[in-house]
Amino acid sequence: MLRYLLNKIALLIPTLVGITICAFAFVRLLPGDPILAMAGEHGVTPARYEELKQQFGYNLPIWEQYARYVGEVVTGDFGVSISSKRPVLEEFKTLFPATLELSFFAMIFAMIIGIPAGIFAAVKRGSWFDQSLMGTALVGYSMPIFWWGLLLIIFFSGYLGWTPVNGRIDLQYFFKPITGFMTVDTLIYGKWAAFRSVLRHLVLPTIVLGTIPLAVIARQTRSAMLEVLGEDYVRTARAKGLSSARVIGVHALRNALIPVVTTIGLQVSTLLAGAILTETIFSWPGIGRWMVESISKRDYVVVQSGLLLIALVVMAVNLIVDVLYAVINPRIRAA
Amino acid sequence: MSQTEIAPMAAGSPDRLTGLKTFWHYFSVNRGAVIGLFVFVLLVLAALFAPLLAPYAPDVQDKTAFLRPPAWQDGGSTQYLLGTDPVGRDILSRLLYGARFSLLIGAVVVTLALTGGITLGLLAGYFRGWVDVAIMRVMDLILAFPSLLLALVMVTILGPGLFNAMLAIALVLQPHFARLVRAAVMAEKSREYVVAAKVAGAGHFRLMLATILPNCLAPLIVQGTLSFSNAILEAAALGFLGLGAQPPTPEWGTMLASAREFILRAWWVVTFPGLAILITVLAINLVGDGLRDALDPKLRRS
Repeated sequence: MLRYLLNKIALLIPTLVGITICAFAFVRLLPGDPILAMAGEHGVTPARYEELKQQFGYNLPIWEQYARYVGEVVTGDFGVSISSKRPVLEEFKTLFPATLELSFFAMIFAMIIGIPAGIFAAVKRGSWFDQSLMGTALVGYSMPIFWWGLLLIIFFSGYLGWTPVNGRIDLQYFFKPITGFMTVDTLIYGKWAAFRSVLRHLVLPTIVLGTIPLAVIARQTRSAMLEVLGEDYVRTARAKGLSSARVIGVHALRNALIPVVTTIGLQVSTLLAGAILTETIFSWPGIGRWMVESISKRDYVVVQSGLLLIALVVMAVNLIVDVLYAVINPRIRAA
Repeated sequence: MSQTEIAPMAAGSPDRLTGLKTFWHYFSVNRGAVIGLFVFVLLVLAALFAPLLAPYAPDVQDKTAFLRPPAWQDGGSTQYLLGTDPVGRDILSRLLYGARFSLLIGAVVVTLALTGGITLGLLAGYFRGWVDVAIMRVMDLILAFPSLLLALVMVTILGPGLFNAMLAIALVLQPHFARLVRAAVMAEKSREYVVAAKVAGAGHFRLMLATILPNCLAPLIVQGTLSFSNAILEAAALGFLGLGAQPPTPEWGTMLASAREFILRAWWVVTFPGLAILITVLAINLVGDGLRDALDPKLRRS
């Protein structure tokens, strides 16, 4: 197990180096002078320009510049945002829980509906339920989620007036964040009205962000289940006279879930890409909207470090999924 | 010359026509795929004949008809079947012209991604060694970023616009092709027909392109179809975020972006462009599913 883990970590090193090269190269690939680009629309005086050039080390050879950059990143220095003048890492820390909370609920939503629906469709293969579920899943998979979000706003917020249109919580509730997850924080403070407000804000973004994972998980569960149901050990279990529920729920499901876990892991990247769109539509104060806004504000320090931090998150999650995968699948551990 | 040709001939089907017939047989079993294909053909026709079909030019503004609702709703008229947008342009006409952009985006992106992916995948799978390691590490790197984020950053570097958006999306989708080709090449490389061609004196290029590649086509076609729909979705997303096609281009994602502020007042300006994206992507995905069933013998039997 330990060897497996170390092996996985060793494989990440070239990617890690690559990610830093990408983030490093980003600012230098921008059209025009990097210092002028980072200074934004206000521009700089020639004296300040020279000062910045020294400060950022643009007069050094490119290898030394890169070594310097890596040195900064390793010590946790991700630069200071041009627009807000706050350290980028600090901004990331306050915004990331919002994205994490939204992604968590979206994934739970996708799993709670997707897995049972996929199992049921596989068991009742060819039935009207199976066919309509697979049809719906394909529609979900083809969904432009930014449009889907707008449709839900038109119907639930505009027409029915049930849900708020933007943000994480109604403005009248204010408290100091403890964990950064508003569902948890409101419960810790014991503020029920605020908790309900948080949930009402969460519903639509959760559905929007969860739609594509839901479609993918339902399809994957169905096909994994179909494959397993044809295996010998399932036939043996049935022949032993076990109840249908036990055969499906225990013997088949355990093995069918292995590829489903992989699929869920692969959705992390999709989820973060989806978060960019979902957060933009619902004005959700997370890292997706942060990136889009920084690009439009030409705050390239934020874009550079955001790119790096998001790639690190994706890598970390993939590593966790690999470990989980080894835990549930003994065949991997042995190899 | 004739000697080297023996291998691919023997590997391919003896009669091309029978091959096509079997293909159509398996493809047409899938009702969804046939419907998807039908819708796709309609979309191509709509794109080709947009100037004939559209009642108005896509950028003509009618100053007397801002945000006119669709014909069947109170206040709508048959003059503008699907209503007008905030500056009085006919939505139906813009959607018809928009089909041109979406199909163009799909075609260009898939061509670029296929060309790049095939080249890199062939090189990696055929030569192995450090070539393989170098190419595949770069592919892993591209896949380490969320695709839309990487496309956004690329467009920031290249500058917003439809062509740059297509380049960025092609780069993001390309690793999937490279991985697929590499895996297929590695599987085929040690097969007898390849060894035979090698013994017969075929060079590297001939082996890669004429002998091995044609036998890796099936998964590529399926992946190409899926990438076609992905490209349309991603380009629309970039357009929606203001970094893809720029207004007044009647690209569907861009249309949605400029309609956003009117969503609670005029549902139709938001609904129709998105519906067009959904229908197009769905049709292509249906075709993709059908192609996979028809081209992949392993799945066919199940």
